[in-house]
Amino acid sequence: MSTTFDKVAEIIAETCDIPRENIKPESHAINDLEIDSLDFLDIAFAIDKAFGIKLPLEQWTQEVNDGKATTDQYFVLKNLCERIDELIAAKGA
Amino acid sequence: MRLEYFQMIDRFVEVDAAARVARAICTVPKQSPVFEGHFPGYPLMPGVLLIECMAQTTGWLVSALTGFTGLPALAGVKEGKIRSAVFPGDELEFEGRVVHEGSGYAMGEAKGWCKGVAVCDAKLTYRIIPYPTPELRAGLWDWAERINFPAKEFVK
Repeated sequence: MSTTFDKVAEIIAETCDIPRENIKPESHAINDLEIDSLDFLDIAFAIDKAFGIKLPLEQWTQEVNDGKATTDQYFVLKNLCERIDELIAAKGA
Repeated sequence: MRLEYFQMIDRFVEVDAAARVARAICTVPKQSPVFEGHFPGYPLMPGVLLIECMAQTTGWLVSALTGFTGLPALAGVKEGKIRSAVFPGDELEFEGRVVHEGSGYAMGEAKGWCKGVAVCDAKLTYRIIPYPTPELRAGLWDWAERINFPAKEFVK
């Protein structure tokens, strides 16, 4: 059974043409993988579809802009996957 | 259709929020400064303006489905195809579909026809951005009325 990270890594590899082996749980989507905001929309779309959720990108952006969160909390992949798991759990609750 | 003002849609003929689809029609003007350059002696509807027609048709639907809470700014065009030539006087029909409403973005698909023949299609990405000015949002209602778009039914 594939993990959330495996699915997300596959999505990123396919969407952004990044070699799968370069995508690690510790990778920062923006700083390490150099994914820009437009490409991240394609990733968000694929994640939303794959997991049946809606990544709250507007809320995350606002929190980062307001200094209430760091980009690491949402864009380091292991953290992103934790947020995805939380959203999946909230959906089923 | 007033090409030089980017007023691409003459009239919406269907807006079905439940099905997430909208259909619009327009007639390519017989004369426009655009045709003086594209091309001299051979007026041809620029393909990029067909993309704009699809973007506006789908963009109005995105606005409606998001309750006119932000401006859908075209951010991506994928697999854009111009399948046949469009000339002054041609009557066109466009269909826009919203396939996903994300947080701060939307994904759409659109097609265009002339006399039942497919002329263009594309997959479209929109960023939903805050209205840059209140006047722009306020001006939408008159614009919507002109093109028969039931905007006020969707306002949040």
